[in-house]
Amino acid sequence: MMPIGHYLFLSLALFLIGVIGVITRRNVIIVLMSIELILNAVNINLVAFSRYFGDVAGQVFALFIIADAAAEAAVGLGIIIAFFHNRETVLADEMDLLKW
Amino acid sequence: MNSSGYFLSHLWLIPFFPLVSAAVMFFFGRRLPKDAVNLFCVGSVFLSFLHAMGATLKLFSLPADQRVYQQILFQWVTPGAMPTSTGLVNFVADWGCLLDPLSCVMVIVVTFVGFLIHVYSTGYMAHEGGYYRFFGYLNFFMFFMLTLVLANNLLLLFVGWEGVGLCSYLLIGFYFLKKSADDAGKKAFIVNRIGDAGFLLGLLLVAATFGTVRFTSQGLADPTAFSGILQSLASMVAQHQLAHGASVFTTIALLLFFGATGKSAQIPLHAWLPDAMEGPTPVSALIHAVTVVTAGVYLVARMSAIFQLAPVAMDIVAIIGATTAVFAATIALVQTNIKKILAYSSISQLGYMFLALGVGAFAAGIFHLMTHAFFKALLFLGAGSVIHSLSGQQDIRKMGGLRYTIPATSVPFIIATLAITGVPGLSGFFSNDQILGHAFNRHMMVDRYLALWVLGLITAGLTSLYMFRLLFETFYGMSRIPVESEGHIHESPKTMAVPLMILAFFSIVSGWLALPVLWGEQSPFERFLEPSLRGVEKDAGSITFGHHTLLVEYALMAGLVAFVVLGFWLAYKLYLEQPKLHTKLAASWPRLHNLLVHKYYVDEIYDALFVNRIKDLSTALSFFDSKVIDGLCLDGAGWLVRAFSRISMWWDKWVVDALVNTLGWFPKFLSMPVRMFQTGVFSTYAVFILIGLAILLGVYGHHVQTFMRTLH
Repeated sequence: MMPIGHYLFLSLALFLIGVIGVITRRNVIIVLMSIELILNAVNINLVAFSRYFGDVAGQVFALFIIADAAAEAAVGLGIIIAFFHNRETVLADEMDLLKW
Repeated sequence: MNSSGYFLSHLWLIPFFPLVSAAVMFFFGRRLPKDAVNLFCVGSVFLSFLHAMGATLKLFSLPADQRVYQQILFQWVTPGAMPTSTGLVNFVADWGCLLDPLSCVMVIVVTFVGFLIHVYSTGYMAHEGGYYRFFGYLNFFMFFMLTLVLANNLLLLFVGWEGVGLCSYLLIGFYFLKKSADDAGKKAFIVNRIGDAGFLLGLLLVAATFGTVRFTSQGLADPTAFSGILQSLASMVAQHQLAHGASVFTTIALLLFFGATGKSAQIPLHAWLPDAMEGPTPVSALIHAVTVVTAGVYLVARMSAIFQLAPVAMDIVAIIGATTAVFAATIALVQTNIKKILAYSSISQLGYMFLALGVGAFAAGIFHLMTHAFFKALLFLGAGSVIHSLSGQQDIRKMGGLRYTIPATSVPFIIATLAITGVPGLSGFFSNDQILGHAFNRHMMVDRYLALWVLGLITAGLTSLYMFRLLFETFYGMSRIPVESEGHIHESPKTMAVPLMILAFFSIVSGWLALPVLWGEQSPFERFLEPSLRGVEKDAGSITFGHHTLLVEYALMAGLVAFVVLGFWLAYKLYLEQPKLHTKLAASWPRLHNLLVHKYYVDEIYDALFVNRIKDLSTALSFFDSKVIDGLCLDGAGWLVRAFSRISMWWDKWVVDALVNTLGWFPKFLSMPVRMFQTGVFSTYAVFILIGLAILLGVYGHHVQTFMRTLH
């Protein structure tokens, strides 16, 4: 059995790629994809620990997160399309409506 | 009461049929085809006529003194105490029908002539717009007219009276896009309202004096429950509370007569009738010759018991009637519009009827009303037929020689002319003779009635002159029809020609009801009406007639005929033999001619005296309105409000708002550094989250380390 550290490193790498994507990319669609990466990093963590402790709850949780990710992607894309209709842009730094 | 039979116990159906059909026309008429409109409207009047005939025949079969049938449909003004001159009485007015010889004659005339005119209208109005609207109004009118003549009390009669006024307005203004028609409708309505004010006051005075508005309590199941005017009057006279000639009788009679002058177009309220000719010709025939205008005559005859006790009022009725008769006849001499001539003729003939009423010959007045209904309806429908065949031409100067081109119109028209002028043997002769005979008889008792009799004779001569003038100008002589419209002359359709023939028949024979006068007997028509017109007082002061022998009767007839022949001869000389002569005659008396052409300047005088004065008053009031009310009050109030609001605005801006703004400025200033973090761009927020995560790891990182050590 592979030591758990490998899994955690993979997970960490994915998480960091995701975080950098979220912070640096201007296109909101890419940002959404990066969020998916972060979620999958979490999933790997959950599954890895689930195997490690021999407890299935972690894997069930991972399934929930996959479903949640699908829902989030649908809602997020919907918001983006609606936003594009109104403002004709998908660039994150032009979306500053939440300002005071 | 139980043996009254179907027609008497269903008296209420007579006005009900036209009401139903009018309602159908108003609600669904637009979607109905023409045939359905004809079926409903003409059919309903025909049903009314059948019921009226049935009821009349039934009434005839009763003994003379029981010929009163009264039917109460429902109580309208429910019984309640009302103070009158003789103390509190129980006042009641109901919605009921009264059929006695007087209303019988009226119902027959209205439904029969009305039916013929409806039939005629289907031809006359065939190419007009608003066909269903016309028939709806016509039926609505029939409903109100029948309510008027069948009403068993004065208040219900007033409902019908106002209703026919409304329909008259609607029908005169039928071509409402034409300004003159619109104006004529308004004029008719307003002039009638002036008369109606008199009627209403008279009605109230009747109620206050007698404590009832019901004409009579005879014919009711329980005659003692609520007294009628006739019974109250009789008991008051018998108990010497009010005597013959009492001023209250004169006042009531004059007020009611003032109402009658409005409806029946007598001086001084005659001005609306000639203008009313703007309406379609069948309307002129039905409303403005046969029915509405005779309502005034009917009213006076209906209240004859009161009039007989008011000699002053009777004299005024007679004088107004005789004056109007001559006055309108002279105007008719020079008019050139075929319908206007007939309108003035109607006014003149109505004056004749009032002359008869005024001298106390009520039956003769009603007799003339009936014969006049036939021949005047015929004249109007004939005139309509002429206008129809000349495609709208109404000027008799542009007619002539039509006798051969439209025989189906000209023959009935000639008969009607002979009837109205009083050619012996036709109906007008008998009714004219009755009126003049009674006026002459009155003169034998009181000398001053001689003048009325003479005025009556002169009217007969004038009538003959203007009617033969109309006849000659229209149907005889050379054609003066413009060449371009000569080819379009066409005979009217059967629906128009047949009613003309039926009316022509009755124009001849309806006078024969008075035939026994020729051998010195009382006219059967008079005997039939007598119970309705008897009045209450037999002895003291009631109207008495002298009696003349048969020889004098023939002499009177000969006198009448002499005047008729004189009129005919003048018309023949002036208009047929030497057609240039009448223009020469007019030129030699230009002022007289002008006076007549301008109808004695009555319209101008009314304009100067009333219309323009009312306009001046309106101008003054509108000046007051715009300057004082609008200018001073409204604009002043507005200025004040503006001034106060300006002060209040200043206070708001510089005190209230300033305070709030100052308070708001503090948090704004204090929040400045925090606000810097809120960029609105989510990437920034993500960085913040990351920083937070880093801090968390920095603080709790060793726990993670410890945890990780436990793993392999």
